[in-house]
Amino acid sequence: MFSQLRPALVAFVALAIITGIFYPFTITLIAQLAFPSQANGSLIAQNGTVVGSALIGQHFDDPKYFWSRPSATSPVAFNAGASGGSNLGPTNPALLEQVQARIEALRAADPDNTAPIPVDLVTASASGLDPHISIAAANYQIARVARIRGLDVARVRDLVAQYTEGRTLGVLGEARVNVPQLNLALDGIAGE
Amino acid sequence: MTFIGILQIVLYIVVLVALTKPLGAHMARVYQGEKTFLDPLLRPVERFLYRLFGTRETDEMDWKTYAMAVLMFSAAGLVFLYTLQRAQGFLPLNPQAFGAVTPDSSFNTASSFVTNTNWQGYAGETTMSYLTQMLGMTVQNFVSAATGMAVLVAFIRGLTRHNSKLLGNFWVDLTRSTLYILLPLAILVSLLIISQGAVQSLASSTTATLVEPTIDSNGATVTTQTIAVGPAASQVAIKHLGTNGGGFFNANAAHPFESPTPLTDFVLILAESVIAAALCYTFGKMVGDTRQGWAILAAMVVLLVTFMFVAYWAEAKGNPAFAPFGVDQTASDVNPGGNMEGKEVRFGIARSALFATATTATSTGAVNSMHDSYMPMGGFVPLFMMQLGEVVLGGVGSGLYGMLVFVIVAVFIAGLMVGRTPEYLGKKIEPFEMKMAALLILIMPLTVLGMTAFAVVHPEGLKSISNPGAHGFSQVLYAFTSQGNNNGSAFAGLGANTLFYNTLGGLAMLISRFWLAVPTLALAGSLARKKHVPASAGTLPTYSPLFIGWLIAVVLIVGALNFLPGLALGPVVEQVMMK
Repeated sequence: MFSQLRPALVAFVALAIITGIFYPFTITLIAQLAFPSQANGSLIAQNGTVVGSALIGQHFDDPKYFWSRPSATSPVAFNAGASGGSNLGPTNPALLEQVQARIEALRAADPDNTAPIPVDLVTASASGLDPHISIAAANYQIARVARIRGLDVARVRDLVAQYTEGRTLGVLGEARVNVPQLNLALDGIAGE
Repeated sequence: MTFIGILQIVLYIVVLVALTKPLGAHMARVYQGEKTFLDPLLRPVERFLYRLFGTRETDEMDWKTYAMAVLMFSAAGLVFLYTLQRAQGFLPLNPQAFGAVTPDSSFNTASSFVTNTNWQGYAGETTMSYLTQMLGMTVQNFVSAATGMAVLVAFIRGLTRHNSKLLGNFWVDLTRSTLYILLPLAILVSLLIISQGAVQSLASSTTATLVEPTIDSNGATVTTQTIAVGPAASQVAIKHLGTNGGGFFNANAAHPFESPTPLTDFVLILAESVIAAALCYTFGKMVGDTRQGWAILAAMVVLLVTFMFVAYWAEAKGNPAFAPFGVDQTASDVNPGGNMEGKEVRFGIARSALFATATTATSTGAVNSMHDSYMPMGGFVPLFMMQLGEVVLGGVGSGLYGMLVFVIVAVFIAGLMVGRTPEYLGKKIEPFEMKMAALLILIMPLTVLGMTAFAVVHPEGLKSISNPGAHGFSQVLYAFTSQGNNNGSAFAGLGANTLFYNTLGGLAMLISRFWLAVPTLALAGSLARKKHVPASAGTLPTYSPLFIGWLIAVVLIVGALNFLPGLALGPVVEQVMMK
């Protein structure tokens, strides 16, 4: 009955070495040589300091910035050390309260804007780190950002277009605007 | 629902079916010991391994020895993974200096990864050291998948052999599954997702200076962002290919460092279903009639696509409760629309619904969106896909052997209706086979429903529920459905990292994996001993469209009979309450 014990132990150790050491280390080595930027988190550096990652969102609530999607991470929004969603069910009253509060905040920052608010701007993302908003969500905010920064609406619109990515091959996923990169670019204009 | 959204579902199915034959043919060569293009590189390694194990390729096992080998190997993995988590604080490759994982969480996680479930009561980036992720999780992602594939191959041999006791050599099937199938594909997928932005590094987390400082829930000002990285891509690749599903990060494939673009999302969904689909072709090839394999795949794909559209439809409609506040939920080229709570903009509604259905139809359980926040009918789909017994593609290996049990049941019922002795692939289906098949079909609902019922009357079970009302019941039902079917996805609001859920769930996972694998092998042993019955005019052709429809009906009826009462208390009530 225990004739299979020895092969079981030896096979486990041998396969663990192949798949748990050889495989991940080989991939790490290739990744660090061939794709160093991606493999280390697509970090954005400015004057030698890391100011974020092109793939990780940040929280913005100053009206001069484009706001990101809500994030449900704790203890702080966009905690990139502890990802996760709200996991609130669709009929949970807490979800409705949160959505209402977000709508109020957006309206308060831009009282004259009566357009409907794109849904992604008032719902928490799955990862809590979503760096993107929809084009509609960016359009909703363009007038506000332009006004507060004293910029031409057309100028801001161009900038949004610059940080907009379409569907992959025109089919996969959704078109989206990268918020941290867009806001960094806006600050770049201010420094000119 | 938009045209582009529907196109994405169609595109996925087309590519999946296109890859079935080439990969399936390769796997048939691997399991029949024929030459493959990888031989020059891998054959010497393989020979060396067998010498090390003390086994000969030609030494075959009867079903009992084969089952014992599966159990011993899994037990070794279970003990090792438990110990590794308990000891990680003293071991290297732990840049964040994480301490030992608690005993109950370690037990749950070890059971979870050894059984190919990958239910996660813990959050990866705040709990597990890099060493545990690589030498613990990644290893089990490979070998638990390879074990499922080996059991399937033994089962197929049971169908193809006559007057024989032998089902093959587990060590050979295990090794060849790992080296010739999983490892090359994992390397390919890893590099592809890294090129798109998935992280693969051994460095500790990075600190970034925030563009705009913010305030945390305690009122303190936060000026930096700690960005967790790690050797993620290598684990992500195999967690999909092996239908495992356990994320490197807590947010799983919704995390931008696991799946940064829609393209990686496409690749990962494909990865988690392609081996299971291709094994249908491998099966057809090995039984000498590829029509048999295509028929089973057809039944699976019909179910898969149907439910994908149900989920897509439910999520695309959005949440009616938001309507009075002037929220724009209409999908367009600039707005993903629909129910975006718990979803990522880059994926939108169609890819999220596609992923949720594929990850639960296969026993993967990875997520690119939070199922807990789905609309009632959107959440019903992943729940029901698991409750069908993980046979719509299912786990690699385990999905097809589960489906073959349903085929045997379908043949048997059809035989009863016309009054003929049921037979499948030239084997008479007799009382022993039906006893085993009934056992295989009944154990899962018994475990799932029994444990759910226990949890909702026990104070410890109720304490973890995070959403009120019917949705809270769905959370518990989902937890045991997922673990009792070795899926691993969750309605993740449930606080499952407690002694109660860790212990009960750990048992559910062990039961559903091994209490099913052993009768499957017994069934294989019994089939192999039978002699061949030549097909006659009275033989039911098991590849006709009529039979495919019949098989779909049997799977749906068994699944529905077992779970409709439970579903009525959860998603159905919630849906009714919304109106």
